[in-house]
Amino acid sequence: MRVIPFVVSTVITVALVFALNKKWGPVPPLGKFLSPQHGFWQNAEPADADFNANLSFPGLKGNAEVYFDERLVPHVFADNDDDAYFIQGYLHAKFRLFQMEIQTKAAEGRVSEIAGARGINYDRTQRRLGMRFAAENALKEVEKDPVTKVMFDAYTNGVNAYINTLTEGSTPLEYKLMDFKPEKWTNLRTALLLKMMAQMLSSGTESDIDYTNTKAIFTEDEMKVIYPQVLDSLVPIIPKGTVFDSAGIVPVKPVTADSLYFSRQIAMVKNEWDKQDENNGSNNWVVAGSKTQSGVPILCNDPHLELSLPSIWYEMQITTPASTTYGVSLPGSPFIIIGFNDDIAWGVTNAQRDVKDYYEIKFKDRSKKEYWYNGKWEPTVPRFEEIKVKDGSTVYDTVAYTAFGPVMYDESFPNDTTRQRNLAVRWVAHDPSNEGKTFYELNRAKNYDDYEEAIKTFECPGQNFVFASRTGDIAIRQQGKFPARWDRQGIYVMPGEDSSYRWQGFIPQQENPHAKNPERGFLESANQRPVDSSYPYFIPGSYIVTRGITIEHKLSAMNSITPADMMKLQYDYFNTTAEEFLPILFKYVKENELNGDEKKYLDIIKSWNLNASPESKGQTVYQNWSDSVIAGIWFDDIKRISPQAPWPDRQTTIEMLKRDSALKYIDNINTPQVETLYDVVTTALKKATVSLKIKEAEGKLEWAKFKAPGIYHISDKAKSALLPFARTNLNVGGSGNIINAVTQSHGPSWRMIVQLSSPTEAYGVYPAGQSGNPGSKYYDDFVDTWVKGEYYTLWMMKKSEATDKKVKWMMKFEKQ
Amino acid sequence: MKIFVTIILTALLAFIGGLYLPWWSIAVAAFIVALLVRQRAGRSFLSGFLGVFILWGALAFWIDIKNAGILSKKIASLLPLGGSAILLILVTALVGALVAGFAAMSGSYLRYSK
Repeated sequence: MRVIPFVVSTVITVALVFALNKKWGPVPPLGKFLSPQHGFWQNAEPADADFNANLSFPGLKGNAEVYFDERLVPHVFADNDDDAYFIQGYLHAKFRLFQMEIQTKAAEGRVSEIAGARGINYDRTQRRLGMRFAAENALKEVEKDPVTKVMFDAYTNGVNAYINTLTEGSTPLEYKLMDFKPEKWTNLRTALLLKMMAQMLSSGTESDIDYTNTKAIFTEDEMKVIYPQVLDSLVPIIPKGTVFDSAGIVPVKPVTADSLYFSRQIAMVKNEWDKQDENNGSNNWVVAGSKTQSGVPILCNDPHLELSLPSIWYEMQITTPASTTYGVSLPGSPFIIIGFNDDIAWGVTNAQRDVKDYYEIKFKDRSKKEYWYNGKWEPTVPRFEEIKVKDGSTVYDTVAYTAFGPVMYDESFPNDTTRQRNLAVRWVAHDPSNEGKTFYELNRAKNYDDYEEAIKTFECPGQNFVFASRTGDIAIRQQGKFPARWDRQGIYVMPGEDSSYRWQGFIPQQENPHAKNPERGFLESANQRPVDSSYPYFIPGSYIVTRGITIEHKLSAMNSITPADMMKLQYDYFNTTAEEFLPILFKYVKENELNGDEKKYLDIIKSWNLNASPESKGQTVYQNWSDSVIAGIWFDDIKRISPQAPWPDRQTTIEMLKRDSALKYIDNINTPQVETLYDVVTTALKKATVSLKIKEAEGKLEWAKFKAPGIYHISDKAKSALLPFARTNLNVGGSGNIINAVTQSHGPSWRMIVQLSSPTEAYGVYPAGQSGNPGSKYYDDFVDTWVKGEYYTLWMMKKSEATDKKVKWMMKFEKQ
Repeated sequence: MKIFVTIILTALLAFIGGLYLPWWSIAVAAFIVALLVRQRAGRSFLSGFLGVFILWGALAFWIDIKNAGILSKKIASLLPLGGSAILLILVTALVGALVAGFAAMSGSYLRYSK
């Protein structure tokens, strides 16, 4: 033995192994990661991968078969419900485990465990919002119900059955990149996933803090005009003229409201990250047999969400002797969320209702152990939060819970401010509820009554459930648990020292806006206010008016509708806002003051067909010009005084200008002269021209090139860290206010069309693929189909069709 | 010609180890082969290096062919290696080879005395 060389060489070897077994910054542990028998190469799925398998688990009650078609969509045939959801859990885990992990960890405020210290603020926000508190409350309700308890258990067992089969090599790629391990699934994690949806769709639909800031600038009367509740152009979900019952509950305005609430002016602290994506929206509509070529209803739905790879949706069929359902499911939850069975079809859009209010709390001292409530010091309930960080450290946080809910903001959060506003949050998502039950029952609903019964208990996030049945019924109901507010309650931050400001009750479920079989033969929802001003409740929200107008116009004019017509409508690029705004812009632009370039862009827009198609230059010019006009009108009034104040809705501005072209806000308060609409519109075009010329020089004047839509990896919120896993520069047009609502990374996450003929004719597509594995050819194989506006035929398979050539693989599940 | 035997033995043992043990079992394999088959340190290094270079390179190459290059292109853009699958396979082989080479050299020094 040669001692010194041996020691040197061994030290080098050990050091190499150590260094290559460790994550260095963003660089994964290279030895582990590159090893062809352990690392990422193991996730490089053979292009001709064989998904056939014979599996047996002790958790199963009977036997089941899963047939995969050529798109890798599973058609599950199980003997009973328990096994069906066990298998759904197994399949979700097999194809989508990482997204389930990251979404539930993010919901709970545990991102720092994976991302390190940069996740701490996000985690604190989630915990202070009470996300886990909400999930725990929901879970109690789920486990009280014998049916959902069993189904959640079966699902969890299925997920874990798959996790138990994992080896180092077969662990999903992202775990290897980020160097952590899968965690066991629990029913709580399913509850967390559903609360993530609640957060995505019903947190951020309020503007309490924004409006409280804005109140420092405008009078209450101005607030009502600039941020109106009901727009002139509103086409509500429930057809106008519908007579509503008088309110079953009449909340009483507190006697101190005028002095303590409406006239109080305080500037609020707010984090930039707590506003959810304002583009979250969706379309759904249903046409009755009287308007279709086939004489049976057609139901359509395209929920707009942040698009991601893998998708939030996983397509599948679940069949038991008692029921058969097809549609999209949410990995992390049992059941089909949007879909159809042999008797009915249903879809959802977001209600956009404000179900979250803030109350200003007065603590006795910094310990936050007592707060002033109804004339005395009341104890808070502290919740201790431990945020574990990837580097091994722990961050502690204490959240005080009051009669209203958790105190989300206080002097310790955000810690970069010296202001000491304590804001408690009251949010419907905190209340015990069992949303899963709705889907369990909807999946099995046979008719209108079953549908009504199923959705009755759905509380949060409020959704517009659209419905059609084979027997010809069409219906829609905006369902959720909505506070009954006195006029303008909860528009602003409310005083938290007095129980009279609490919610006094909820709108009775049967009074939720609904319609069934209207004479006109169709119903639609597109995130607009559900009702006109005759509805007897005050219902604030962040409604979007335009898509509803477009859909209503189009559907009114259509007859003998076919599924192909509906495909065209879901892909429609018509810009209703531009149609309304452009006459104003054309009227007030001073053409004689324009130079050559400015004139050129004006000509482009004058010859534009008002379609935001991918190649459209007019849409790009319109967007830039109109943005510039809006800024020209409002920037000086709002943004320079309060950077936190929200822009007035574009549609509101258009309506205000239509009513009064000499609107006082048009004048720039920072200049000595008085600007007119002529000046603002003309200057706006000149300003827009500067940026348009730059874009044109880059070859990006066409709308798709200008906005460069992309679909990014689900964990890549910065849209920069995992670009090779993304699909960028997609050739699609559209915009948030257009039916085909594709923005930079947001849009129709699932397009579905169901014609309730015999047999059902259904089409669908989502912009990703069935496999969540970036190393699989099924990772993004639907994207191009989606981009082109094409669809796949959704195959409601019968067991007798097991030998059909569309069946490519079979997984057999057996009781062990 | 002993070196051919040790290269093949290293590759074989490393492959079997990789089926059951963590990735660094390649170091154990190379070490054991160098301990069992007496060679000079330089030759041992070379046989450990080449044994795993060939093993990891061949496995990665084979997987890449079967995968039609879907994943290698993405990982090679991420790492970043300009999206080149060939480069990624070479880096893969090189990383394993270095570990195995040094491990084999240790084995040789433990055994070899001159």
